[in-house]
Amino acid sequence: MVGLISALIAIPLIGAFALYVGRPRNARAIALIFNAFAAFLALTLWRNFDSGAAGLQMVERHAWIPAIGAEYLVGVDGLSLLLVLLTSLIIPFAFLAQRMTRGFCAIMLVMQSALYGTFTAQNFLLWFLFYEMSLIPAFLLIKIWGGKNRDRAATKFFLYTFLGSVAMLISFLGIYFAKGTFDFATLAELGKNGLLTGKLAWLAFGGIFIGLAVKVPVFPFHTWLPDAYETAPTGASMVLTGVLSKMGVYGFVRLLLPLFPSEIRILGPWMLGLAVCSIVFASLAAWAQSDLKRMVAYLSINHLGYCMLGLFAVTASPIVGAKIDTHAALSGVFMQIFNHGITAAALFYYVGLLEQRRGLRGINDFGGLMQRTPLLCGWMSVAMFSSLGLPGLNGFIGEFLIFKGSFAMTASFTAIAVIGLLVTAIAFARAMQALFSGPLAESCNAFPDLLRSEKLVVIPVTLLMFAIGIAPQFIFNIFNTTVIQMARLFA
Amino acid sequence: MLGATATCIALLIFFGAAGKSGQFPLHVWLPDAMEGPTPVSALIHAATMVAAGVFLVARVYPLFSLGAINGVTPSLTVVVWIGVTTALMAALIAIAQADIKRVLAYSTVSQLGLMMVSLGVGGVAAGIMHLLAHGFFKALLFLGAGSVIHGCHHEQDIRKMGGLRLLMPVTFLTYAVGMMALSGVPLFFSGGWTKEEILHAAAHWPKSHVPYYLALAGVILTALYMTRQVIYVFFGNRRAGSLHACESPRVMTMPLIVLALCAVFFSAVLTPAWPWFHGYLTGERVHFEISRLIQPMLFVSLALVGAGVGLGFWMYRKAGMQDRDRAPETDPLEYAQPALFRFLENKMWLDEFYDRTVIAFATMCARVSDWMDRHVWDGLVRGFGGFGELFGIFTSNVDERGINAGVDETTAGTRSLGRLMSAAHSGQIQTYLGVVAIGMLVLLLFYAWLA
Repeated sequence: MVGLISALIAIPLIGAFALYVGRPRNARAIALIFNAFAAFLALTLWRNFDSGAAGLQMVERHAWIPAIGAEYLVGVDGLSLLLVLLTSLIIPFAFLAQRMTRGFCAIMLVMQSALYGTFTAQNFLLWFLFYEMSLIPAFLLIKIWGGKNRDRAATKFFLYTFLGSVAMLISFLGIYFAKGTFDFATLAELGKNGLLTGKLAWLAFGGIFIGLAVKVPVFPFHTWLPDAYETAPTGASMVLTGVLSKMGVYGFVRLLLPLFPSEIRILGPWMLGLAVCSIVFASLAAWAQSDLKRMVAYLSINHLGYCMLGLFAVTASPIVGAKIDTHAALSGVFMQIFNHGITAAALFYYVGLLEQRRGLRGINDFGGLMQRTPLLCGWMSVAMFSSLGLPGLNGFIGEFLIFKGSFAMTASFTAIAVIGLLVTAIAFARAMQALFSGPLAESCNAFPDLLRSEKLVVIPVTLLMFAIGIAPQFIFNIFNTTVIQMARLFA
Repeated sequence: MLGATATCIALLIFFGAAGKSGQFPLHVWLPDAMEGPTPVSALIHAATMVAAGVFLVARVYPLFSLGAINGVTPSLTVVVWIGVTTALMAALIAIAQADIKRVLAYSTVSQLGLMMVSLGVGGVAAGIMHLLAHGFFKALLFLGAGSVIHGCHHEQDIRKMGGLRLLMPVTFLTYAVGMMALSGVPLFFSGGWTKEEILHAAAHWPKSHVPYYLALAGVILTALYMTRQVIYVFFGNRRAGSLHACESPRVMTMPLIVLALCAVFFSAVLTPAWPWFHGYLTGERVHFEISRLIQPMLFVSLALVGAGVGLGFWMYRKAGMQDRDRAPETDPLEYAQPALFRFLENKMWLDEFYDRTVIAFATMCARVSDWMDRHVWDGLVRGFGGFGELFGIFTSNVDERGINAGVDETTAGTRSLGRLMSAAHSGQIQTYLGVVAIGMLVLLLFYAWLA
């Protein structure tokens, strides 16, 4: 199936162009049709993907600018496929979350194309192109359609992320001049025996680390996130947390960890410390928020902290773990990437529904919703329970595997990180109590319960949470071989 | 090393079990959870769910007893002491509660503590047997309480009830069965046999006899607070809440009858005459032996329950009535020992203590995290941004006032020079010729001077 990935990247762009040229009245419907195409292609990709085979599949390779090592090289392994599927799932979900103008839809489509590109590109320059291409739509979405303080938040988001990107670009230029290639696979192979030496290695490492740490974000590079997520319109928040934040984690797995194994081991406890700080402080801060969207944003940092804990436990802890633990931690991280995408997007969706009904989204602006809108409360509770990791729902699978794997390699850091689980539960319990129970607030008296169109969105997503929570094997099958391969790479 | 790890793991598991089974100091949630509907309290918070902690300890018992000397390990010792503390503390608090469901809730906490003691001293079979027996009679008591509450039109304060014996006969009789099973009246009630077994196990604990004596005290207290409750609810004069009480419908009384029968007949399979569960656990063959029924502990138990019930009747015989200078709504114990009563009524102020320590600390951590985020980490970012901005202002100033000023000067000079020059280029031939003539004259003079 040659050309499948290119088609996947092209379709949303064509959609955006069609919206621009055709000026249709119902832009959102058109965008959803293009998304259906993209989803179909993504599923075809999954069907044709041989989950037992190692390495990249469905590779497309064309010369681009040979003089600077730029190549059009796309392909998928298990992790890439997982993220492509996640993108194909979250973007339509976001389209369904709110009313959008033509421009909004077009920008979302451009972002979608950039995301497909980021997750499939296997050459640094191409990857970087897509990586930056996703940044500008996100900036515009916040800047134009955001809530109050949107200018500030958008500028902060853009500058912060862009600064990181620049640092990363410089680092990669350094690597290119030393090694003469931008190819991920080749670089990873070189990385095994130390890609660079001396100061240059540390500089390159630092640049890439900052770029990616801002993107994830890892504590203490996270302060742009609550502002940006809080201000962004619901649909954009969903994509930001569901997919864009995964670009950082993906970058860690694809770029930083294979290229600088020895540097990471030297910095081991610091790296783990940052991950644990992300987990604990973000969950505590979430507890202290009074704005629901900000709370979910902080919990997003917390959940990505689990991903970082798993990755650093494998690559940075002084104890090289047994195969079974390494596999557990990496599988957990990949699972968490997928699960957090679904769950956090769903939470933003629900907060959006509440905001549509009330006009406000402070935790104390609601009360006693269970009496007025039992369905909304019930379905929203499922998403909350999924997020706090209740067994039987998807969140549990990833977090449990991460903790199981990490505990074997770095027991003390993992033990501290468990506090995050407790505090997350407190934060959600507090929100549930304030929103759902107690006397019905007067301002919530006229709330409609879930509308049919909303039910059509909520039910499949919730079913997916249960499906992954009960029988996660179909997701594991996507990336099992990749996990084994990466475990070998990191060992 | 292995022993230390096992102890550590066992203790951590025990903390989990303590949370689930409402053991001190994690017991505070259980009485609060009684706000739920009564059937939920009966099923979840009394009979089955809270038993999960006890069950867990029994299930992973090999971990607790690893490397035991004479049946004692550090982890089991902790289990015993926590259990006995819980049993005694909860029984004491139960004496001073006014809410019918809260009394039962603390009673549940106390009984779970007793089960933990049993597990800790090695009586696994006795502990699990008590768990089973307790499930029946506590469900009975809670549903009975539900029936009482229903009959009294949602009144839950036992001080406002009274005299329900005649108005709600079925509820009264079944409740009495439950009360006797819980108090551990020997021979005919399931709780009696299992409690006896627990006391038996505790008495033979090699490490210390204190838990045994404390458990004995717990038995007296159990009988005491149950007697108090029954007197308040079913005896004496009718008070505000029970004036218009009536028996609950059959749909509520039938389950009570079934559970009461279970509480009685279940005792038949829990007797020490046929220790089938012990045999199942140890793998030994057991056989029926009627002589084991009569043991010294039977008489100890009988004496204790008698003492508890007797003390209860003596103390509360005039509960809810005017007694000398004691007002009817004042509890006899409150009248006799106001300070002690207040201490127990307020649950030893543990909720308040937690509020001011653990919860205050945790919320403070949350606030500090939020503050750090807004001011320190974001402050650093803003500082960095501000630094960039300052640098921008500086460079633009250098541009404007330094470099640009010089360039401006130069251009201005050039322009004025040009203006000067362009004034000379007036285009008038006469002027040009005049200048040429003057030039020629100057040249001639110059050459003449040179020659």
